[in-house]
Amino acid sequence: MTRRLSYREAVREAMREALQNDPRVFLMGEDVGCYGGTYAFSKGFLEEFGPERIRDTPLSELGFVGAGIGAALGGLRPIVEVMTVNFSLLALDQIVNTAALYRHMSGGQFSVPLVIRMCTGAGRQLAAQHSHSFEGWYAHIPGIKVLAPATLEDARGMLAPALADPDPVVIFEHCQLFNTEGELPDDWRVDIASAKVRRAGKDVAIITYGGCLPKALAAAETLAAQGIEAEVLDLRVLRPLDTASIVAAVAKCHRAVVVDENWKSGGFAAEVVARIMESAFFELDAPVARVCSEEVPIPYAKHLEDAALPQADKIVAAVKGLFS
Amino acid sequence: MTIDHRAPPPPSGPVPWDKDFAQRLLADMLRTRRMEEKCAELYGAGKIRGFLHLYIGEEAVAAGALAALRAEDNVVATYREHGHALLRGMSMGAIMAEMYGKREGCARGRGGSMHLFDAQTRLFGGNAIVAGGLPLATGLGLAAQMLNEDRVTACFFGDGAVAEGAFHESLNLAALWKLPVLFCCENNLYGMGTAIERAEAQTDFCAKAASYAMPAQRVDGMDIVAVHEATQQAVQRVRGGGPMFLEYQTYRFRAHSMFDAELYRDKAEVEEWKTRGPIHTFTARLKSEGKLTEEAFLALDAAAQREVEDAVAFAEAGGWEPVADLLKDVHTS
Ligand SMILES: Cc1ncc(C[n+]2csc(CCOP(=O)(O)OP(=O)(O)O)c2C)c(N)n1
Ligand SMILES: [Mg+2]
Repeated sequence: MTRRLSYREAVREAMREALQNDPRVFLMGEDVGCYGGTYAFSKGFLEEFGPERIRDTPLSELGFVGAGIGAALGGLRPIVEVMTVNFSLLALDQIVNTAALYRHMSGGQFSVPLVIRMCTGAGRQLAAQHSHSFEGWYAHIPGIKVLAPATLEDARGMLAPALADPDPVVIFEHCQLFNTEGELPDDWRVDIASAKVRRAGKDVAIITYGGCLPKALAAAETLAAQGIEAEVLDLRVLRPLDTASIVAAVAKCHRAVVVDENWKSGGFAAEVVARIMESAFFELDAPVARVCSEEVPIPYAKHLEDAALPQADKIVAAVKGLFS
Repeated sequence: MTIDHRAPPPPSGPVPWDKDFAQRLLADMLRTRRMEEKCAELYGAGKIRGFLHLYIGEEAVAAGALAALRAEDNVVATYREHGHALLRGMSMGAIMAEMYGKREGCARGRGGSMHLFDAQTRLFGGNAIVAGGLPLATGLGLAAQMLNEDRVTACFFGDGAVAEGAFHESLNLAALWKLPVLFCCENNLYGMGTAIERAEAQTDFCAKAASYAMPAQRVDGMDIVAVHEATQQAVQRVRGGGPMFLEYQTYRFRAHSMFDAELYRDKAEVEEWKTRGPIHTFTARLKSEGKLTEEAFLALDAAAQREVEDAVAFAEAGGWEPVADLLKDVHTS
């Protein structure tokens, strides 16, 4: 059995369930309460759970993320919502220098069971300061787990294991996914350890995650009409990265295109390509290709923004380039 | 400290300006208002996209404060900066075209509504990171001081910015080094949906500035006379040496952005503040003093509306930046 709902509703349900099931869980962030959540994820929560547990914060990203770390150390299970990845830069020091390091620096004495959620990505004409994709940066940091739910199951299912994890978990929700709708299976339980094949194929592996998954699936349909069967691998978890699934997809298809919205230089796709080189080089029939954002701050005007971002047609072109 | 969200009585009292100057500032507010009313309409029509933060209700602050600056001074603003850009001297056409994303826009479509820039009038943006402009303004002040230039930097920001670390670090630096920076806090009682008393343990912002040994003053931001007079004095003081903090008490009549359901405030509160609207109260004062006739008012308003129509026509007629130029201006060469 399945049931129809949106990505937004799936995240809402997951948070509601967590708040209902565990009194240690609380939600904290800018405008999560009175305003109803910047993206309406927590609309009605203030009335249901009260201001203690649906805690509006001042505009103090460094302060409230740090407070979340302290609350986690002190025995609570905070869900800290940073409005967007763009503003998480103001909290980066606390995430990188405190949350990620505490367990190791204390010789295993202190873990930080904190979940940080944030919206990521471009595509809404919000211009350069509101369109970043920095999940690749976060995936660089040992000590945190980095999740990128792209499907309804993951939007619904990733929060519970993230909260159960004894270490900090950062969840990136792509802004272009919030209104997507689909069928959620009754059994939506998921792990936060493995990549997942979203479309089976044999000719080329399109490896992606997050906001680029729908674009990769659309590209796969176009390619299928032209006789190329693409396998689409959704990485889901950027740290720790499921290398085995990447290698399996490459071993099956012998060609690979890595798609992500980070900039290409030093971006996350480069890490995926490096893993393929290290572990699946002799499986390849062609060089690995990448489709990433152009090396430019994301512009406001729609035609320029579209041109700056990965798109289905660019993925199709990259795949075809591997066969020419 | 509890905060009274109710509007105080509308601004009143004598206007200490001659007719021409008074009418110029009224026209400035009207131009800003008419432009933004049009922007809201164009947003509905899909011509303007992304985030759009309207300044409607707060016009007396930009109009009164910017009129106290000289051409060689610097201005730093936020994403709610359409009025600041216009009144600093940018053409309405360049602003409108930018919001359309056209190549005739001030940033050739790169920035949109939140990122209006103009080197000629020394407007250093249009910053959409809350409190992001304060350290920048502090640095502009440092440059002026070190280069021995007689330049004041006016930095506008909202009440929400006061909670950020950047606010505190900037005020401290500016005061420590006695930099010529005027910190202009546009306190409209809310940062998005969060009322200041739900965000600030100390809601007396002037006390915060004072804690950095910075002179501070609270001003009725709905009263253009109070705004201009206070800013004039503050700018003089800053020119003489050392920063100052002004808190303009104002109110936003519209939603935070075009996506806001306004669940966090009463309609009655908004309506009450509208009775203090900076444009109609100032208009009434000028009329009662014989400094403005109804005909003169209608003429000013008609001119503002014509300017808006021309700006829209300019934006409509504009072209799109070629996609081939996507990578332009990432680096200087
Ligand atoms: C660092 C940062 N955090 C969050 C946001 C999202 N945001 C944009 S405007 C805003 C409210 C700011 O309020 P205030 O400073 O009072 O300015 P106002 O909008 O009232 O003019 C918020 C939370 C942001 N742009 N930057
Ligand atoms: Mg405000």
